[in-house]
Amino acid sequence: MGIIEKLQIYFAFPFVRYALIVGVLIALCSSLLGVTLVLKRFSFIGDGLSHVAFGAMSVAAIAGLTNEMLIVMPVTIVCAVLLLKSGQNTKIKGDASVAMISVSALAIGYMLMNLFPSSSNVSSDVCATLFGSTSILTLSEAEVWLSVALSIVVVFIFILFYNKIFAVTFDENFATATGTRANVYNLIIAIVIAVVIVLAMNLVGSLLISALIIFPALSAMRVFKTFKSVTVCSAVLSVVCAVLGMLVSVLSGTPVGPTIVVADMVFFFLFWTIGLFSRSGRRSIRK
Amino acid sequence: MPQLSCKNLCIGYDNNVVVRNLNFDVYSGDYLAIVGENGAGKSTLIKTLLGLIKPISGKIVTGEGLKRKEIGYLPQQTVVQRDFPASVWEVVLSGCLSTMGFKPFYGKKEKETTKRNIERMGLTGFEKRSYRELSGGQQQRVLLARALCATQKILLLDEPVSGLDPKVTAEMYELIESLNQEGTTIIMISHDIRSTLQYANKILHIGHDIFFGSKEEYVASDIGKVFIGGEENGNH
Repeated sequence: MGIIEKLQIYFAFPFVRYALIVGVLIALCSSLLGVTLVLKRFSFIGDGLSHVAFGAMSVAAIAGLTNEMLIVMPVTIVCAVLLLKSGQNTKIKGDASVAMISVSALAIGYMLMNLFPSSSNVSSDVCATLFGSTSILTLSEAEVWLSVALSIVVVFIFILFYNKIFAVTFDENFATATGTRANVYNLIIAIVIAVVIVLAMNLVGSLLISALIIFPALSAMRVFKTFKSVTVCSAVLSVVCAVLGMLVSVLSGTPVGPTIVVADMVFFFLFWTIGLFSRSGRRSIRK
Repeated sequence: MPQLSCKNLCIGYDNNVVVRNLNFDVYSGDYLAIVGENGAGKSTLIKTLLGLIKPISGKIVTGEGLKRKEIGYLPQQTVVQRDFPASVWEVVLSGCLSTMGFKPFYGKKEKETTKRNIERMGLTGFEKRSYRELSGGQQQRVLLARALCATQKILLLDEPVSGLDPKVTAEMYELIESLNQEGTTIIMISHDIRSTLQYANKILHIGHDIFFGSKEEYVASDIGKVFIGGEENGNH
């Protein structure tokens, strides 16, 4: 059986089509703020927040909520705001507080899941939440629509505040001094990150979210030189990797999340190599 | 009426006073140099003037129609900026944000302002170049163009020549001088006391003792003599 035929069979199932649509949108959203997070030295926040989301997810599971996002989303947003605030001008350094919060959430989440198992197989539940092995394929129609709506909102907000996000990322002091309210935009950035992370949990699971956020940005920064081109490139790259990863995992039965991350990784090395050659080429010309 | 006036200003972080009882006035067209030893509170003063930190006590009053948000700023380079992927055009354009209010996108007016200031700083042809690939002097000129997009009235320069070689340093001073002659008020922090004395018309010395006055008064004052002598002996 050829690859195309095999894919046709799979795509006859609605849940596979849903998964692809939601996967593409999530990949798009998560890459947008990657550049800002990497440049602001906030890469670790994605990691910390995803652990918080894991903790919240287990609480939601125990509470028996049908729509887990009702708990996970607000909790993650609150933590994002707190972490971003503590990242600047405080005595406890940002990275320390992130580490503190993230391991606490992880421990509490796992403990609760063991204490109050919602199904007979706790370790597979935990595995699914951490690595997103099947969640993307088991989305209900309501969850699909929610994901689509949130993704559109994220993209819209990003485009609307693109110029301000650039200014605040490049030089927060200058932006503040000349009247751009950097605090407000930092807050918006924090909230959007939280939303993206909750969305992305379905795709790659909470342990791998950072990869989805920072890999495309890092790859794009190897090759491109302007903020706009880096942003566009990382968005395209992220979507390409998500699609590739999902197709490969459908065809070969590998878990979705890790496959996507491996695709991101491969592209990073590709771009890194390109960047290395083009940069050394330019240097020799200048000399 | 002064453009910017500080009255009994005490500045510092978290109630740790760095400098107390600062009194000085800046008039339109002035070229004020802020000098003093490392750690005397020069950067703290700049941040306070920009409204990034609140004064512990005292007041900063603006006049002549100057709003607090109309102070342009040339910061010292940050680590983030050194590998920031942004074109010269994007960086300079971002200076226009302050004049746009809630408008989300740049219009024709902003683009023209950007173009004009890129030209003024002699950066025409560099618009598409990446900021991080420029030399130190070129980067400073990009940031200066950005500051000019935000305001024409008053510029705060935080060590504009640090890390530049002598030739580029001289060019930078010429550029600042020409802006001053076109009517922009300059407030500059500098370590380079000789050039400071060449260009500035007023001096604010902060540290253990505080001095504010014209350049001639400073050179003649005890505090000025000690500082100028010390710096020159120390550096040469």
